[in-house]
Formats: sequence, structure tokens, C-alpha cells
Amino acid sequence: MSKGKKEPVSDRRKFIFNMARGVGVATLGGFIWSAYIDEAKASQLLLRPPGALKEEDFLKTCIKCGLCVEACPFDTLLLAKPGDHKPLGMPYFTPREVPCHMCPDIPCVPVCPSGALDIQSVMTDDKLDINISEMGLAVIDKDSCIAFWGIQCDACYRACPLLGKAITIEYDKNERTGKHAYMKPIVHSDPCTGCGMCEHACVTQKAAIQIFPREVAMGKAGDYYIKGWDKNDDKRVKNAKAIKTRTDISKKSAIDSLNDSGDLY
Amino acid sequence: MHKIWANYRYLILRRVTQIGILFLYFSANAWGWTILQGNLSSSLLFGMIPMSDPYATLQMLAAGATIAVDLLIGVFMVTFFYMLIGGRSFCSWVCPINMVTDTANFIRRKLEFNRLQGVKFPISRNTRYWILALSLVVSAFMGVAAFELVSPISMIHRGIVFGMGFGWSVVVIIFLFDLFVLKDGWCGHVCPLGGFYSLIGRFSLIRVLHNEENCTLCMKCKIVCPEHQVLHMIGKESLSVTSGECTNCARCIEVCDDDALEFSIRKMAENNK
Repeated sequence: MSKGKKEPVSDRRKFIFNMARGVGVATLGGFIWSAYIDEAKASQLLLRPPGALKEEDFLKTCIKCGLCVEACPFDTLLLAKPGDHKPLGMPYFTPREVPCHMCPDIPCVPVCPSGALDIQSVMTDDKLDINISEMGLAVIDKDSCIAFWGIQCDACYRACPLLGKAITIEYDKNERTGKHAYMKPIVHSDPCTGCGMCEHACVTQKAAIQIFPREVAMGKAGDYYIKGWDKNDDKRVKNAKAIKTRTDISKKSAIDSLNDSGDLY
Repeated sequence: MHKIWANYRYLILRRVTQIGILFLYFSANAWGWTILQGNLSSSLLFGMIPMSDPYATLQMLAAGATIAVDLLIGVFMVTFFYMLIGGRSFCSWVCPINMVTDTANFIRRKLEFNRLQGVKFPISRNTRYWILALSLVVSAFMGVAAFELVSPISMIHRGIVFGMGFGWSVVVIIFLFDLFVLKDGWCGHVCPLGGFYSLIGRFSLIRVLHNEENCTLCMKCKIVCPEHQVLHMIGKESLSVTSGECTNCARCIEVCDDDALEFSIRKMAENNK
């Protein structure tokens, strides 16, 4: 008879169930939410305004107010909209459309309330200095650059706000004609700010010189190679530590390993 | 005419502030006016007074960002205003989504959806506090302000100033959710920003006061209230609405034909109940 009769559910069980359900649903939602955010912020070749923090810190720190966008007199900066496939609400620019004109008073940076655009990073001797900003780096595809074909162009060289510093022209003999010169543009990564005036000016159908974020475009020689002829470069590896590896071959000494490796066969 | 003003005066004022604020943001970007620049995430009043979203800043803090001084000042301005004076009034006087959900609710009432709908969507009004807590956890793990990347509120106010993109779709989503799925669904159950301001605003001074002697128990106030649980004292006791979930929208005050509801300064003595 007692088969169909159940004890009433106690308040304690209800409470525990409700808490477990809350935590369970929150975990479920949390993972879905995290998965979306992981995708949404996994970007891409975005160019940020001058003075922007490293991308990882920029994503944390930008409050998405758009004050930098409003301050920009050339409408270079845009806020990412839904559908742009960029982290939502954060400023970026597309140099092929509107490049950064490198205003000397850098209006976009001091208005930033959150410090995502760091004013200290664009100052030398307590003065604003747009020339030290690092928005990106110009990269040339020499196979589509008509100057490398031997056609005289120098549009990017002329457009560069740091004329003769960030892009220089290298002369070379044109063996094909025997009487003309190549005038090849070369980008120098240290002075280049990534403003994109060159990409904007480039005459090819799709720009042969394009701006990429510096961390994407730049390589790194690492501690193994130094310019021995350059005293400053020497300092770079002053604090480098040697990493000693020991394998079966180099157990005693790396130099002897070839002589007494008979037992390896 | 007089009756329209009597019955809709706060609604009209709220729409004026909501649209006015968006208009000032828009004009700052479009024509360079400096009355109110930025957007609801962070803005500059008269080019000098910073105001910043405290909830967004809390997420940034959880994500591990260094909070700048300018931002902190802006956060304090906003927090103190809502904490001491306005309560949860952001939701009904500033937030643009309020116009969307009010419209959905209006249609629901006119077409009597609440009578037609059989099964209630099983979701508690406390869900917003869970989402609020979850947003901070997700921010901490993902290293980015989590709600700000999905917030329909910011998509709208940012969109109106800086370009909408697909932002319109979230308006439609929220509208349809509130219209067909759940009454007061977004603002009353889901939105963590509303939850955040409910927590901050629970001690604020401006409160709706119920005068039980005038009440004729018509319950018009409870029908229009988007957070009807805060009006639990109607017809029972003369009390201030002390719940932080009251948005101070004042719809209850203007629909009441019997002067049983009014704005007042919180009566401290009654809080001890």
C-alpha cells in the first residue's frame, strides 16, 4: 500500500536542489558565454589608435566609450560594430580607407578615460610625440610592388610622414634593360609608426605595402645572435643566461661527443 | 489635455531624458557639440565632468585591468548619484532598451497576452544576480569585460552614436522575447546591469511612497509596474517602496487616480519594519 505514497519533499532537499540547479545552469551558461567571448576576441589583424596598450591589455582596459573616435579629426578611427567581426565597441582603423594623419597634438589619446590609450607611450621629454607611436608596421610585397618591377613609383616614399626615415629608396641596376635603375622602397621598422599613409597612397589595385600589427609583422632574432660590431646590440644580451642541455650524446662534454659516440650504434 | 499630462507626465519626461541623452551623444560625434561626449559606457559632461559605467569598470577590474584615475572619478560620480539619490533610475530614465521593453509590455497589455499565455517561462527574477556574478567570473577567466562584449544596451547606445551594424537585431530579439516569451523578460529577469543598479540603489533617498488611506485597491499600479513585486504593500500598509528593484519609473504614480502613490524622500523610520 505504501508504494504510491511518498514523503513530502523537505525544505532542505528543495534548497539543496535549487542551489545545485543554480550552480549547474550558471556553469552551463558560463561555458557558452566563455566560448563566445573566446571567439569574439580572437582577432585578427587589428590596428589600434596611437598609444594603445598591448592587444591583450587593450581588450581588458578599453571601456568602449568612443571618445577617441570623436576626437579624431580625420574620421580615421572607427568603433567596431556588430557584424564587423572585431571585438565589439573598440576603436580601430583601416589605413587603405582612412590612414592615421599623425596629428602632432594627438587628440585621440589624452581623452581616453581608461588608460587603454597610454599617453606616456607617446611622450618624449614631457611633450607629445606622435613619431614614437607604434600602431603597426608597413610590410611590402615586392612581387606586386611595381617599383620592384622597375617602374618608377615612389608613392609610398612620398606619402610617408617620416620621409626618408621610415621608408628609404634603395637604388639598384636594372639588368633587364641595362640602362635603367630600380628604385626600391625599403621599410625600416624602428621609425615606422604604422600610420598607413603609404598603404593609402599605394597605386596598385590592392596595396603592395600594407600595415600589420607590429607583433604580427616583426620577427625576433633572439639572444643567440648579436651584432658584434654594435656596442648597443651587445648590451641586449648582457643578462642572457646560457641554457645547458645534456643529452646522451653530450653527457660528458659537447665537444667530445663525436669522438666517443661509438656506443650509439 | 490636462488629463494626458496628469496620466503621462513622468512617462513623457522619461522619454525626453532618454532620447535627449542619446541625442546629445549623437550630436557630440556628428557636429562636435561638447555638452555630452562619449556614450553610456563612459562620457564627459560639458567637456570636464567624467561619468563612467561602474558595472563595466567592475568587469574590467575582474578581467585584471589597471583602472585609471579618470575612470575612477567617473565611476564615483555615477555610483554616488544612483546610490544616494536616484536608486535604480538608470533603467527607466536613461537606458535606451527601456523604450523597447516598455513598448513590448504595452502591446502585451493592450492585447491581453498575459491572459492568453498558459505556461510561464520558468525563470526567476533573481536570474539577473546570477548573471551578474557569472559575468565577473567569466571576465576574470577570459581577461576581458564579459558582459560588455554581448551587452545589447551598449550595442544600442554605441550604435546610435557610432553606427549600428547588426545591432538592430538585438533590439528585435529583446522585443520579441519580452513580447512573446516572458513579461518583463529582459529588464526584470535577465539584465545584469539592472541587477547591479538594484543592488547599488537599494539605499537611495528618492522613493515611491504609498498612502494606504487613499487606496481604492484598483491595482492599476501593479498592472503597469515592470517590477510588481516591489509594490507588495499596496492596499495594506502606508510604506515607502524600499526594494532596490524599483526603477523609480513613476508609472504607478501617474496611473493612480486616487493620490495613493507619490515620490518622497525615503522615510528612515519605516525601514526598520
